[in-house]
Amino acid sequence: MTRNFFRGILHGVPIALGYLSVSFGFGILAVRAGLAVWQATLISAVCVTSAGQVAGVEIIAAAGGLAELALVQLTINLRYALMSLSLSQKTAPSFTLPKRLAASFGITDEIFAVCSAEPVPLTFSYMAGVILISAAGWIAGTALGAAAGEILPERISAALGIVLYGMFIAIVVPTAKKRRGVLFAAVSAAVLSVLSRLLIPALSGGFSVILCTLIASCAAALLFPIGGEDA
Amino acid sequence: MNFYLSLAVMAGVTYLIRMLPFAFFRHKIESRFIRSFLDYVPYAVLAAMTVPAVFSSAGSLIPSAVGAAAALALAWFDLPLIVVATAAALAAYLTGFFF
Repeated sequence: MTRNFFRGILHGVPIALGYLSVSFGFGILAVRAGLAVWQATLISAVCVTSAGQVAGVEIIAAAGGLAELALVQLTINLRYALMSLSLSQKTAPSFTLPKRLAASFGITDEIFAVCSAEPVPLTFSYMAGVILISAAGWIAGTALGAAAGEILPERISAALGIVLYGMFIAIVVPTAKKRRGVLFAAVSAAVLSVLSRLLIPALSGGFSVILCTLIASCAAALLFPIGGEDA
Repeated sequence: MNFYLSLAVMAGVTYLIRMLPFAFFRHKIESRFIRSFLDYVPYAVLAAMTVPAVFSSAGSLIPSAVGAAAALALAWFDLPLIVVATAAALAAYLTGFFF
């Protein structure tokens, strides 16, 4: 029990360090969008999702509606459903429903990656260890970034606004390099996103992301179905 | 818009997406199209969120574009997330002195 937990903590340390710097960027974006330090920190504490939080803060700043907010979270975070699905297949028998309800809270891209790489069936203690340390890094980084955003010189906090996008690029490019389907999905989504800003400026940022994602992913799924040679 | 209401919607939707499949799903998705679609969604989302927003993320256009180019180049060589993200900010910061 405790051994698994500490193993989880150990595996979560690199994630926590990475999160610390990335959520620093989120904190800066959030105060720039007009949120208070405690609001930014609270969002990180209850959501634990980078892209979803950035989009959410943008919608809150633009005074968008709750339906838009919910739809955007659904689209951006839909990938977690896939990861949860995959993790649900490799849990130990001791992983009961109440424990599943608790552990679900912390399934992120990086935590998924670490848990998938586990050679043994997943226990709750192990997952709790990974999640606790990672989430701590995520929350602390947000608080620091948001606080720093208020006191740092304008030039520095402006430059730090790019950190999260840098992370997004670092997630997409290596896979796009290897898989034509991913390259196609990413490039077409980016092109559509630019077009929608230019041609339909009235469309809000959140809905634009949803539309571009749906069209690009559908097209990619039709042209490059996985499980074939390309996968 | 009420902050707590927005917070509840964000957190609630995100939690349900993670929880429902993890707690209740026991089967494998059969449809090849749906599996492919779901596989491509994360990359399409990140690309649509990044472009064109990244080009104004570091203040003005030129520092932002230089930062994005730096991220692209380093990501191409599979450098870790933290290195790519920090280098993008550093490149944007330094370019900011000239433009």
